[in-house]
Formats: sequence, C-alpha cells, structure tokens
Amino acid sequence: MANIKISEKNLKTVKEICKSFGNKGGEVINVLHKVQGEFGYLPKEIQEAVAMELNIPVSRVYGIVSFYSFFTMQPKGKYPISVCLGTACYVRGAEKVLDELKRQLKVQVGDTTSDGKFSLNVLRCVGACGLAPVVMIGDKVYGRMTPDKVKDILGEYND
Amino acid sequence: MTKIKTHVLCCGGTGCKASASDQIIDEFQNILKEKGLQDEVQVIRTGCFGFCEKGPIVKMLPDNTFYTQVKPTDVRKIVEEHIIKGRKVTDLLYLDPENKQHVSDSKHMGFYKKQLRIALRNCGFINPENIDECISRGGYEGLGKVLSEMTPQQVIDEITKSGLRGRGGAGFPTGVKWGLCAKNKADQKYVVCNADEGDPGAFMDRSIMEGDPHSIIEAMAICGYSIGATKGLVYIRAEYPLAIHRLQVAISQAREYGLLGKDILGSGFDFDIELRYGAGAFVCGEETALIHSMEGKRGEPTFKPPFPAVSGYLEKPTNVNNVETFANVPIIITKGADWFNKIGSEKSKGTKVFALAGQINNVGLIEVPMGTTLREIIYEIGGGIKGGRQFKAVQTGGPSGGCLTTKHLDTAIDYDSLMAAGSMMGSGGMVVMDETSCMVAIAKFYLEFTCEESCGKCSPCRIGNKRMLEILDKITKGNGTMEDLQELRNLAGVIKDTALCGLGQTSPNPVLSTLDNFWDEYVEHVVDKKCRAGVCKQLMHYEINPEKCIGCGACARVCPQEAISGEKKMAHHIDNMKCIKCGACHEKCKFGAIEIK
Repeated sequence: MANIKISEKNLKTVKEICKSFGNKGGEVINVLHKVQGEFGYLPKEIQEAVAMELNIPVSRVYGIVSFYSFFTMQPKGKYPISVCLGTACYVRGAEKVLDELKRQLKVQVGDTTSDGKFSLNVLRCVGACGLAPVVMIGDKVYGRMTPDKVKDILGEYND
Repeated sequence: MTKIKTHVLCCGGTGCKASASDQIIDEFQNILKEKGLQDEVQVIRTGCFGFCEKGPIVKMLPDNTFYTQVKPTDVRKIVEEHIIKGRKVTDLLYLDPENKQHVSDSKHMGFYKKQLRIALRNCGFINPENIDECISRGGYEGLGKVLSEMTPQQVIDEITKSGLRGRGGAGFPTGVKWGLCAKNKADQKYVVCNADEGDPGAFMDRSIMEGDPHSIIEAMAICGYSIGATKGLVYIRAEYPLAIHRLQVAISQAREYGLLGKDILGSGFDFDIELRYGAGAFVCGEETALIHSMEGKRGEPTFKPPFPAVSGYLEKPTNVNNVETFANVPIIITKGADWFNKIGSEKSKGTKVFALAGQINNVGLIEVPMGTTLREIIYEIGGGIKGGRQFKAVQTGGPSGGCLTTKHLDTAIDYDSLMAAGSMMGSGGMVVMDETSCMVAIAKFYLEFTCEESCGKCSPCRIGNKRMLEILDKITKGNGTMEDLQELRNLAGVIKDTALCGLGQTSPNPVLSTLDNFWDEYVEHVVDKKCRAGVCKQLMHYEINPEKCIGCGACARVCPQEAISGEKKMAHHIDNMKCIKCGACHEKCKFGAIEIK
C-alpha cells in the first residue's frame, strides 16, 4: 500500500464529503463512492479519515472497501484498461485478448505499468454484449476485439 | 408553429453509445441545421431497440424505416436521400440472411417477428429523458387509476390474479409478496427496486432503466400505495452511470409533475423515491444482502425468516422487487389482469426479457411470451449460430443456472420447465455456445465467478465452491481422475443443501448441468486428456497441416513467440516448445491449415 500521509487539503475534502452526508455511519458506502471519485482510490489513511469523521471503527470502513469490488486501494494508471470477462465476451474469446494485453504491458491483472501509464483490470459485463469481446480504456469502449488489435489500441495512447 | 414531419429515433443505449451513436446524433443535428430542416425533423435519443448486433440503430418515423450499423459518415446520406428526397438508403437497411433481401420495416425482421414487448413497451420509442413522451404513451395512467378507483387490496388482488411472478429469477408470485407486506402494520414501510444486475451477460434491467425509467417510478408508487409505504429506494449498480442519470432525471420530472411527492394527484397519498448505489457485489442481488448494503454494511445475506416483508430495511416491513417485475405492473393495471394472464404458459404468465448473447448472429435484447421454445429464440429470433457453426449449448440463469443442450431445444421455456431441466430462469441472461466452447471450462468460468463473489459468510459456499474450483482446474489441466468427477457431484449436493442464501444454494448448478448434459466431455478431459474445443491449453496443441498450408507466412508474422518457421511457399512448421498457444496463427490462417490437436 502506498504510504502517503494525508495532507490538510485532502483531509478537508474528506471532511466536507462526510459532512454533506450528515456524518452518519449508515451513509458510509455513499461517502466512499464520493471520496473514491475525488481521489481515484482509497488508501489506508483516507479510510482512517473517513472512519474518524463518521465516528465508526476503521475496521468497518475497511470491511466495506474490501468487500465491494468497486472500491480499490490501488491507484489506477493514467489510462485504466478494463477487459470485460462477462460470459458473452468470454465465449467470444476475451481471455485471449486479456493474455495479449498482459504480454504487451508486462503486467498482471490488478497491476499498473511501472511508468504509471496503464493499469489492467477485468470486469463482469459492461452490457455491450453485441460488441463482444469488449475492452474499455478510460471511458472509451473498444468492441469486437481480437489479440492482433491490441497493439493498435494501445498505440492510441502514445503521448 | 412548424409541424414536425419526420422523427429520427437514434438508439442511446450503452451498446450503441459505445459505437458512436452520440456522434451520429450530433451529426444529424448539424446537417439538419445546415439544410434548414431543424424545425421539421426532430432527432430523439431513445433507449435500447434491442437489436444490439446491428447497432447503432436509427429508426425513421412515420415510415418505420430501420437503418442498421449506421456510422456518423452515413448521416449526410440519410438526410439528403431519405429526408429530403424520400428515397430509402438501401445499403443501410437490414439484409435478411435467408433470402438476401433488404428489409425496411423492423416488423418484418426475423428478430422482431416473434417478440412481444410488454416490459420493453416504450424502449426505443420514447426519449427517456422527457416525461411528456412517456405520458403520451400511457405512462402514469396506471397510477392514476389506482389512486382514483382502486383500494390497496384491489390492487394486490389484481396483481395476484395477473399471475405475475418475480422476474429476478426465483419466480415468486408478486401479488402474494405485496400481500404479505401489506399485512404487517408499521409506522414506516419501504418499497425497494432491486436494480443490482450483476449477472455476467445480462443487461435487461439496465436497458429498461435507460429506455423507460418512468415505468419503474410509476410501478413503485403503485406498490407503495398497495402495501402502505411512502418511501421507495432504488438499489442500483454504480457501474451503470447512464441508467443512474436517466432515473435521476425521471424522478425529478415526476416530482415536478406531482407524480411523486406529497399528495400525489390530489389523492392524499405521499410517495417519494431515492437512489442507493451498489458497489459491485453479486451477492447484493439477494434481498437480505441488498438491504444490508443499503444500510451501509457489508452485503452479507441473513437467514430467512424473518422475511423482508416483516423486517427489512431499518427493520421495517420492506417489499423488494426486480426492475423487470416492476416494469410489468403499470400495464397490468391499465389493461387488466385478464389481459395479462392470457399471455404465456399455464404457470408462468406474461413475457420474459432475455439478453441474448454469445455465439449467435443476432445479439440483443428480446422479449418473448413465456412458453416460447429455445429453438424459436435461437434460430428464428437469434438468427442461428455465428459463422454457420453447430449449436452446442445455451446457458440460462447465469451463475445460478445451467447449460442446456440440443435435447432441450424444443422445451417451452418458463420458470418450471427450466428448473426441471436443471437450469433456471435467473434474471434472463441467455448465452449461446457453439463447438468452440469447452463445457468444462465454462463450468470453471462460472465457479471462478462464484468464488470471487461469495461473501464468505457460510462455509459450504466459501470453502465448498473453492474445492470444486480446484477439482475443475485439475481436470482442465489434464490431471483429473474419474473419482474427481464423483467428488464434484458429492460436493455440489452438499453445497446445494446447506448454503445459507440463494447464491450458494444455486452455485453448483453450472457444474451439475454440464456433468449431466456433457458427461462425455468431462470423461475426455479425464481419460483421453483431450479438450475437443481446443480451449484447455494443457490439453491441446496446434499443428500445421502441410496439405493445406500454402506457405504464405501470415501465421509466422503474427506469432508473438517466433515459433513458426518455413520457407516461402512451402508448408510451415510450429515449434511446440516455443508456442504459448495464444491462437493468433489459428485465427489468422485463411486456409484452415492450422489445426487443433
């Protein structure tokens, strides 16, 4: 886990978000959605700050962060890549596309490339099954993917 | 005032949006303006038309011309030819794969002919962000009728009589559920809409919320009136940003029109709706887990009873229904239970929406009367298997369902027949597979999903499924034994009998149904160490057939390992020591020379 100390500015942001939900413990999931939206991920220090503000144990916050797959404790790359492994994409060869992404980026699922540019994740169904197999980079959806298209789509992010 | 002569309906569902439907809409608006037609032609962003395979879809009214796979660069042609000159753009029309004729009206397409749209009645017809369009198609009539003419008990009786059953999968009679909740006295009750569609390969609920959000709001208010609840909550996946946006817009419009809030339509009935966001946990589709998640806890299920109808959200009586169930409610009220219960099969009334996906020609969202056969769905609506390959299996019910095979093709599908065949209705995902899918690998795929999503609370699900996954992994790697197959069955039986919630109790279904229907394939993996589909990498390798290879070198160029060698115009050879079995060469070869052995 990244060992960053929470700055005054970040603490203020957390406090404001918690306050907007009335500092109620029952709102912790909604608070975490907002906080992750702000910081991109939920490192330990941020979770501690949320627990303090909502007056609930840190263990409860961590319990929620680790339970729900939407929450992440790892920072994402500049361009987060998600490979859909829903059934429709799976039967149309999504795994081969994933293997090729792993090979070219030299990372495993859940990791970020050493330059921080791409992170690779899988998800279950984006609902664009007509375009299966589907890969998302940021908000952009690439449909009807094949392993030999991987190089081209990564090439779009040469900045 | 100028009169609008043509409406351009452009699909704004997630699938079509992903293939640039927003740019198509912008392009229409720009070109119409350029031609001075912006007052005569209205461009509407609708919900999903269902025919996702051929998206983006653009439909022209009043003549119902249905353009498929439209690109932003086609827009000018549609404006100049269709709108200005009144000539159809033939090459954008759907090409009937049977008779190679262009079809202009969607009514005449195989994909739509057998469908009956009740829950999806407005999807693709209205702008979901405009309440007036919804009202003009009968929206909120049901709520008006209930509040002015019916007592809460009459509403419950009508829904019970209609025979509507829960569309989330289990098929519990909706009217009975409402009745149970109505009976319990409390100072506050809740209506909850379960929109946590987590089943991989299913997108029915999302399409309804994106295409016709008002039908959900109306139904929740009707339910609230009948059970005595004034508060509604929609539990929706955070992964569905478009559906969330459309619901938010719809809720605020309904409030503005006095269809939500205090004293609705002057009846004295108060009802309002809030959204709650899921955070990606499949188990939260189970109602007790969903309720815990809404309370800001880990989404772990609890034992029933007490049922949510007695003690649910914040320990108050709570009625939970799925999105599609709610979408049926308003039209049952306006058209009557006797209209609805004439549709469908004996014990399953009405229609069911399925997300048809996988190795099928027409991927999309379909709605058919209960009792339609799999053959009709796969071959007539779905247009058969991709690339002319052979049908092998169809998976229904997602991770809780099973794989059906050719012998089930003529089964009339409803809740009970699917259950009898070892699968279940589930929420409506229907994934078609051909001979390129390995059934052992599919069973493993679903079990991986279940293991990932198991909340870990009860040991049969947490540990039992993990053990089953290990056995399957062993089999796909060629190390399985016949005893392992027996062990799979034993474990599956124990998990089914002892797991705490619906997720655990149904999780062995994909394994059991593949063991039943594809026993030969398991035996091949175990005894012959072969995977006939060529999916399990340890059990296959690629070879080049020298008779078919022309030595073009295309395979060698795509090989990431440089494992293929050979002289130009001579048969090539794969070095299996270097090969990582990525399959790139197999896909690239136009001559079918690379064979799976």
